[in-house]
Amino acid sequence: MTQMSMIQAIRSAHDVMMEKDPSVVAIGQDIGYFGGVFRCTEGLQKKYGEHRVIDAPIAEGGIIGTAIGMGVNGLRPVAEIQFADYIYPGFDQVCSELSRLRYRSGGEFFAPVTIRTPCGGGIRGGQTHSQSPEGIFTHVSGVKTVMVSNPYDAKGLLIAAIESDDPVVFFEPKRIYNGPFDGDPNKPAVSWASHPKGDVPDDYYTVPLDKAEVVEEGSELTIITYGTIVHVAQAAAKKAGVDAEIIDVRTLMPLDIDTLRESVSKTGRCLVAHEATRFCGYGAELVATVQKECFWNLEAPISRVTGWDTPYPHAFEWQYFPVQQRIVDGIRKVMEAG
Amino acid sequence: MTEHPKLHIPQPTARPGEQPDFSYIELSDAGAIERPPLDAAVGDIEHLASSLVRVLDDEHEAVGPWAPELEPETLLKALEIMVLTRAYDDRMLRIQRQGKISFYMQALGEEAVSVGQGLAFQDGDMMFPAYRNQGLYILRGTGLVDMMCQCLSNTRDMCKGRQMPIFYQNREKNIFTISGNLTTQYPQAVGWAMGAAIKGEDHVAASWIGDGSTAEADFHHALTFAAVYNAPVVLNVVNNQWAISTFQGFAGGERRSFASRGPGYGIPGIRVDGNDLLACYAVTKWAAERARRGGGPTLIELVTYRAGAHSTSDDPTRYRPKDEWKAFPLGDPVERLRKHLERLGHWSEGQHEALEVKMKEKVNQAWKEAITHGTMTEPPFLDVRLMFEDVFAEMPEHLVKQRDKLLRMRGDAS
Repeated sequence: MTQMSMIQAIRSAHDVMMEKDPSVVAIGQDIGYFGGVFRCTEGLQKKYGEHRVIDAPIAEGGIIGTAIGMGVNGLRPVAEIQFADYIYPGFDQVCSELSRLRYRSGGEFFAPVTIRTPCGGGIRGGQTHSQSPEGIFTHVSGVKTVMVSNPYDAKGLLIAAIESDDPVVFFEPKRIYNGPFDGDPNKPAVSWASHPKGDVPDDYYTVPLDKAEVVEEGSELTIITYGTIVHVAQAAAKKAGVDAEIIDVRTLMPLDIDTLRESVSKTGRCLVAHEATRFCGYGAELVATVQKECFWNLEAPISRVTGWDTPYPHAFEWQYFPVQQRIVDGIRKVMEAG
Repeated sequence: MTEHPKLHIPQPTARPGEQPDFSYIELSDAGAIERPPLDAAVGDIEHLASSLVRVLDDEHEAVGPWAPELEPETLLKALEIMVLTRAYDDRMLRIQRQGKISFYMQALGEEAVSVGQGLAFQDGDMMFPAYRNQGLYILRGTGLVDMMCQCLSNTRDMCKGRQMPIFYQNREKNIFTISGNLTTQYPQAVGWAMGAAIKGEDHVAASWIGDGSTAEADFHHALTFAAVYNAPVVLNVVNNQWAISTFQGFAGGERRSFASRGPGYGIPGIRVDGNDLLACYAVTKWAAERARRGGGPTLIELVTYRAGAHSTSDDPTRYRPKDEWKAFPLGDPVERLRKHLERLGHWSEGQHEALEVKMKEKVNQAWKEAITHGTMTEPPFLDVRLMFEDVFAEMPEHLVKQRDKLLRMRGDAS
């Protein structure tokens, strides 16, 4: 075990897999010589060579398109898109090609590509460095979609993603790269060193790509969330004084419905929270799923706390972000209803 | 109409009812263009992007430095596959008109592209075709029955009913699956070629798009990545003059040739007579061997003409002269190869007629066999369970549930 930040854990996942499997290659802007703008691939080019850790032109469609070709040719590419906000020029290659190669070819062709990309706000990134576009990808049939919330999961899930014969879009909330964030921007930043999920095995291990995790057990209310908001929800539940069960969805597609059903059937109350915009957001799918699976156990309407349906503004970052107090309010609303 | 003198809207040289005019196509004499060494520097061969490499002259002789050394047997095989492709297209078009398949696209007039270029590659090379490369599938050994079964979405369909007609593939023969999203295969071919180079293999990749598709961003992505990594790839633009109803000027072909995009990226661009099988072969062989030796990518523009409709959903008489093909200065690729073989003394009119009859019969026999595997209206039918397979490597729970629900609705739940 080593204390790792999420950045170190992601780097370690690359390292373990590149050591283990010569077909694993990485491609992306600034990831090679420089080691990535967030340092997630630092030192890897030196260790594995320029032909396996490849600096790419500024062309997301080209990065994903060529990664598909490499994947068809027997490699396991890990493509980094520098910010999730920049993934759209590559969207056609994900949505029309990568996600459907296996299907359209009757199972004869596939490309085991993992697309890693930092997402989310809270870092003063304004509207072009703060987006959470996971709901756009979960709506596409044929790609697995992950959003991680801690170093341990980040490494285990990334290794599972690289080993998966399915394409995976892997979201890394950059606000929690260096430490958990409880949703209070006025508090000093903390590192992963004091967090149990900052203890990361040095060697190979995986976290399954279809299992949610109950991060807090509780009896009064279920909060279903993922990414940065997992930590915000934990702090908010404590502040609200509610015995909440908190579920980190982790893999958004395929969704671990069993874990959601068991929890909400037990608590009878449910709050869904994410940083992304609300309308047609991934939370809508969570609400619909819980409603279908647990309707007769529900004691109150399911509620959502999300980002507003606006672009992510620079000046009003903490008014946009679902901060602790908004989740506390959401918890109270669900607890007081019905 | 208000005048907008500063806005140029490209206009084709002739519309329905007007005389065809191909004076805009710049021609070179057969044999007139030099064949550079395989290691020629891009800057020294930029003229190849604007001239036109031609081998067959007006007397049907193969002339000049690009004339390839192909055995008569190979040329006869090429002719047979071109005639077979045309017979297959003709039959499938009529089958579509009879309502037995939902859609079809001919390669009429462009047969030399797939066959001539295809001959220049090795079995281990990977092809990323567009939707008018049926000759490539036939050349590399895809059976007509398999191709017909794909068009029928029947029980022997290689795509298991997921793709519309003509979207073939052949994993075993290294031909990639076709996408309806244009040009997406171009960066994928570059990535495949990069993969071969990373693995230390000598295989090359090749891809085809049309003139219209050069306008897509993926064209730029592919050429940039191919140039940056010196990928062993042959990128082909089949300039058949028409992208459905818009002529090649709408992709920017009025200013410079499509081949001339290559030198802008530092990639050799070669413009070739796409109806001259020998020239198609020779230029492609040059590019493939250059790539195989580590010389990197080449962009080839094949000047040809889409003699048929874009597809069975198109009516070209609404936007271009009906008899335009007859005026096309580069003629009919099948006739040109046939006359060349006659000139060499390896072929005769009688033999050609016999070949046409034989190929038609071959197609008819294949159709009879194909429909025994089912049609859109007659059994055997594909199992509807296939709809839910291959979305992921293993079927996740939500798809199992959806599949079972559909089966219950149909009353045939297991």
